[in-house]
Amino acid sequence: MTPSRFRALSAPVLVLVLFVLGLFPAPSSSARADSWEGLTNRGVVRWANDAEGGAPYIFHPADDASKLVGFEVEFAEALCSRLGLRSEFVQYNWANLIPGLRQGGNFDIVVAALERTPENLAQVGMSRPYFVFGQQLVARAADTGITSLDGLRGRTVGVLGATLSQRLATEAGAEVRVYDENVNYFRDLELGRIDAVLTDSPIAEVNLRDRPLLRRAGRPFAPGFYAVAVPAGDTRLLERIDGAILELYRDGTLERIYRKHGLWSSEQATIGTWTDSGEAANPVTRPAGGFARWNVYLPILLRAAVTTVWVTCASMALAVAWGLVLAVGRVYGPAPARWFSIAYVEVFRGTPLLLQLYFVYFGLAQQLGWKLSAGAAAVLTLGLNYAANEAENYRAGLQAVPRGQTEAALALGMTPWLTFRRILLPQALRISLPSVTNDFIALFKDSSIVSVIGLVELTKEFLIRALDAGDYLGLGVMTAAIYFAMGWAASAAARAIERRLHP
Amino acid sequence: MIHVQGLHKRFGDTRVLEGVDHMQKAGEVAVLIGPSGCGKSTFLRCLNQLEQADAGTIEIDGLVVGPRADRKTRTELRRRTGMVFQQFHLFPHLTVLGNVIEAPVHVGGMSRADATALAMELLAKVGLGDRAGFHPAQLSGGQQQRVAIARALAMRPRVLLFDEPTSSLDPQLRGEVLTVLRDLAAEGRTMLLVTHEMGLARDIADQVLFFDAGKVAESGPPEQVFGDPLHPRTREFLRGTHS
Repeated sequence: MTPSRFRALSAPVLVLVLFVLGLFPAPSSSARADSWEGLTNRGVVRWANDAEGGAPYIFHPADDASKLVGFEVEFAEALCSRLGLRSEFVQYNWANLIPGLRQGGNFDIVVAALERTPENLAQVGMSRPYFVFGQQLVARAADTGITSLDGLRGRTVGVLGATLSQRLATEAGAEVRVYDENVNYFRDLELGRIDAVLTDSPIAEVNLRDRPLLRRAGRPFAPGFYAVAVPAGDTRLLERIDGAILELYRDGTLERIYRKHGLWSSEQATIGTWTDSGEAANPVTRPAGGFARWNVYLPILLRAAVTTVWVTCASMALAVAWGLVLAVGRVYGPAPARWFSIAYVEVFRGTPLLLQLYFVYFGLAQQLGWKLSAGAAAVLTLGLNYAANEAENYRAGLQAVPRGQTEAALALGMTPWLTFRRILLPQALRISLPSVTNDFIALFKDSSIVSVIGLVELTKEFLIRALDAGDYLGLGVMTAAIYFAMGWAASAAARAIERRLHP
Repeated sequence: MIHVQGLHKRFGDTRVLEGVDHMQKAGEVAVLIGPSGCGKSTFLRCLNQLEQADAGTIEIDGLVVGPRADRKTRTELRRRTGMVFQQFHLFPHLTVLGNVIEAPVHVGGMSRADATALAMELLAKVGLGDRAGFHPAQLSGGQQQRVAIARALAMRPRVLLFDEPTSSLDPQLRGEVLTVLRDLAAEGRTMLLVTHEMGLARDIADQVLFFDAGKVAESGPPEQVFGDPLHPRTREFLRGTHS
């Protein structure tokens, strides 16, 4: 999970970096259109995939976590050896494979269940199919009402982002929840958080094996092709790969690999008979860069920003309230409250936020049956996590109030509670306000992490749209501007509060 | 009115009060003098219950507080006393008016309007009627201490306790606070005052208590204690002060 998480966390930063880099011309990728000679000189093909893809594509087997297996791994190795070259696997975040290939440098080809779609063909070169798949609808065994796409209107359907499944589910009028890997939507389906999953047949095949609560809803439909991706215009390499795939099909290598994984079907015959129908010759007209179509993308990004705002504000409210309780327990409480508060702060700031999010969203649901919605889990996790920071801010504030303030209040006959509420707390809050503001702004950015449990907030929307539009720079600038505006509004509000507190 | 018997207090191994006795009538002013660390401040803080004595009793107007007194009794004793600190300890987040009405409203249950009227009267009395809307940070030290006095008066305590009220003030600012103290004494307030202002002590004290090593070494009317001290330690102490 690490690469995509890292991306989700650092995306706002990345956006700014891209912006700066964008001031300089990028090296043209067409200059190295013919890579075949370079590959043969080097003797090795670097092929990219994302091990997060899971079974049956690419995964670590349960009995040996150091190995990588899967039908795509075996196919890629067979392909490389047929090309007369050694094979070298490169781990890369799935959602960024095509931009990564276009940019060049890290790997030579992509063997990662990329679909041969007009959208992909417009960006990279694609080989003949090496696997034929269908769309498989999956529902809970107990929920017999769902049999086909037609029955999905108004129901919640989990799909992988930027796939045919997403488009088909959207067109069927379903409420679509977008995931960025292949396992969690099955978990959410079992837990009843969503009503169905629409996914590629191999994914359904493997995941249904050990999930008795789930069932196939109808037959696979809408056949599609997985193809090897190469840099656009690299025809010599593409011809070699097409030839190699055909040979692997004809000599039974593909059948042997696919049967081993329980994926062979009569539809795979298309691999041998397929001819280029000319989609590549007539690439779809790609939308102009995101920035030129700001009137389309800005409203989309702003809608996503609404999610960012409410997640941030609700989390901060929780963090402020709970943090205050922790700080009071730490500073004034009896020993057990003090120990609890210390332990809480150390645990929450000493473990990754991402881990906490998975724990709350999946861990609690699986072990205790607390099925929180994604929104509730996001707010709870961010709130509990930031409460640790806020507790420390308030503690610093409370401890900075001079002892004489307490004495003066007590001497006036105020009770300890009244002293705390009327005298100590207002002063402590005033002292800790700059740090709290800092955290509030940080939370706007940190909230992007909730995209891993299916909430489409600003950063996730940016990543989805940037991939669609093929424009990380223009949309990145827009997204950065929205983050900046939100953070600026938060600090302006804090400044106003500070002015009221410091007359 | 005030009757203290055998007050003992220790902090860890340090004995701070070792049997303090004190009697004072209503309307009298007692001035506590003595070298630093002799227990004067601790004695005052015990009267206000900021410290709890280990042994001995404190009686104010018939209310007796001993070492095993319950919280309610202690609170009542605190309500009967008003404390003014060396460092003022005004509440920086409240205005001058806010400082004065804070306790009457939130402790005494007075309406905001009544408390404000009382506060304005008291602020006028200490010469700060025109500073009600200011914040403590905008005032000089002398003005802050006068606000602190008004704040203590607002709870209408039967006894006023002053812990070195002018010690942290520049000499030119002491005068305004001393004037207020003289006025209060002249009104017939019951006061206990820890101070190094011997001139003030001479003028307003009904009795002077010389503290030494946790005890009242000598007490009596100012003419006697200043003019003809009995105790060698008192003489020694008074030689070191000039007034």
